[in-house]
Amino acid sequence: MHDVAIVGIGMHEFGRHDGVSGMDQGVVAVRRALADAGTQWEDLEFAFGGSKDAGSPDTMVSRLGLTGLQFINVHNGCATGGSALISSYNAIRSGTFEIGIALGFDKHERGAFRVRTRGDNLEWYGESGMALTTQFFGMKINRYMHDYGITQNTLAKVSTKAFRNGALNPMAWRRKPFSEEEVLESTMLSYPLTQYMFCSPGEGGVALVLVRADKAKEYTDSPVYLKSCVVKSRRFGSFEVFSPHLANEFSEGPTVDASKAAFEMAGIGPEEIDIAQLQDTESGAEVMHMAENGFCEHGEQESMIQNGETEIDGKFPVNTDGGCLANGEPIGASGLRQVYENVLQLRGDAGERQVPGDPCTAYTHVYGAPGISGVTILSR
Amino acid sequence: MSQVSVQDTVLTGIPGEPRLIGGKCPDCDNHVFPMQKDCPKCTGDQIEKVELSTKGILWTWTIQGFPPKAPPYIGETDPENFEAYGVGYVELPGEVKVEARLTENDPTRLRVGMEMELTVVPLAIDEEGNEVVTFAFRPTENN
Ligand SMILES: [Zn+2]
Repeated sequence: MHDVAIVGIGMHEFGRHDGVSGMDQGVVAVRRALADAGTQWEDLEFAFGGSKDAGSPDTMVSRLGLTGLQFINVHNGCATGGSALISSYNAIRSGTFEIGIALGFDKHERGAFRVRTRGDNLEWYGESGMALTTQFFGMKINRYMHDYGITQNTLAKVSTKAFRNGALNPMAWRRKPFSEEEVLESTMLSYPLTQYMFCSPGEGGVALVLVRADKAKEYTDSPVYLKSCVVKSRRFGSFEVFSPHLANEFSEGPTVDASKAAFEMAGIGPEEIDIAQLQDTESGAEVMHMAENGFCEHGEQESMIQNGETEIDGKFPVNTDGGCLANGEPIGASGLRQVYENVLQLRGDAGERQVPGDPCTAYTHVYGAPGISGVTILSR
Repeated sequence: MSQVSVQDTVLTGIPGEPRLIGGKCPDCDNHVFPMQKDCPKCTGDQIEKVELSTKGILWTWTIQGFPPKAPPYIGETDPENFEAYGVGYVELPGEVKVEARLTENDPTRLRVGMEMELTVVPLAIDEEGNEVVTFAFRPTENN
């Protein structure tokens, strides 16, 4: 098995870009990643590309160069970007290839994701006013608050942190800080979650150039190593989005499984992670995912967040680039954005939002439909 | 005006005695909703149709505060006339938790652990003038 390093990162600004296709944004991200790595499209041996709503990524070869490389499209729900990355990781780890690119981009219609239940014998589910991701998140955090004493003020603090961090990030979509009052008084979308506690489907693109670790220094003085990369689907008894029923018996969700597997693969524990980018589809998700990923006990988040421990200058910074809340969620690119941010932080290149103390290890986590989770651990 | 079910293979007994149609696995006793042949617990494929219990306990809930997109939603989506509605998971003891509309939309009147019972709520009027209903749970009088 070979180790894998990230030697180039590129991103197209997240947000809304009228007149710019999702594919355009993907191409920009790729060109920026290649420039960052100091390499060329024709040097790449493979690409894994993900997009949910913005076309087939492999068609970008007609713009980037018809070099004959292996280009595989990845489409895997909310873990689409993460799945492009794990595929790239395995392609190099196995010894098949030395250099390639993982990329993702997307462009979604405005408003909450529209669920298409047609053809699944589930037409009645959407027709009846269920099958909304927002409802799932509202119901999950509502039960969690009941069980572990998380307050609505803590949910508001997660949002204000996200928008404050987003304001420091030139690539972020939402760059205006909000007060806790503004967050709490915005429209109640799905109790107990208000409008400013939710991220929105958005647009953007991210690309990462990966090489076999022994080649990394040919490209950069500051390679970042992928210590683990895991994607897990759900097990029987877990509580997932889009479930007309849940089993009465309980099992941990795919986040817990992916996290455990990733730590085992990296040979380190949660206490050794310096910064984390955790799926924050809404602010309650960030809270729950702190515990599900092993960074605290259930319920401890209340004091951690109230004490500012997850701020950029706190003991355990979470979502330093503003997360999904400030960046929006272009599904194909979202998981790769987290890795992009961690590479910047580990290189010490995160500018105004740089985490102090020269962080050495960083963690990413995505979660989404239909009950899938992806985790990576990076180190310098 | 007569009532019709949004999907009679899922919600039967309309009008009058609403029942949810689920399934039970003869090999492992796992319940599913709606009915499907395959068992996600034991990987078998012999699940048999059953009528689920009409009473349960509220396991979690939320209030849908904005009109869902149409399609797929067939209820009221005009923001002027839209009324927030509750959605929750109701645990049917010994069976399964089902996701359902709730008759209550006031957060102060909902709590985890409440006793609930099956009923229906109207969604729309169809082309023949029938009232299309879907299943919902309401708090019982014991709360
Ligand atoms: Zn079974």
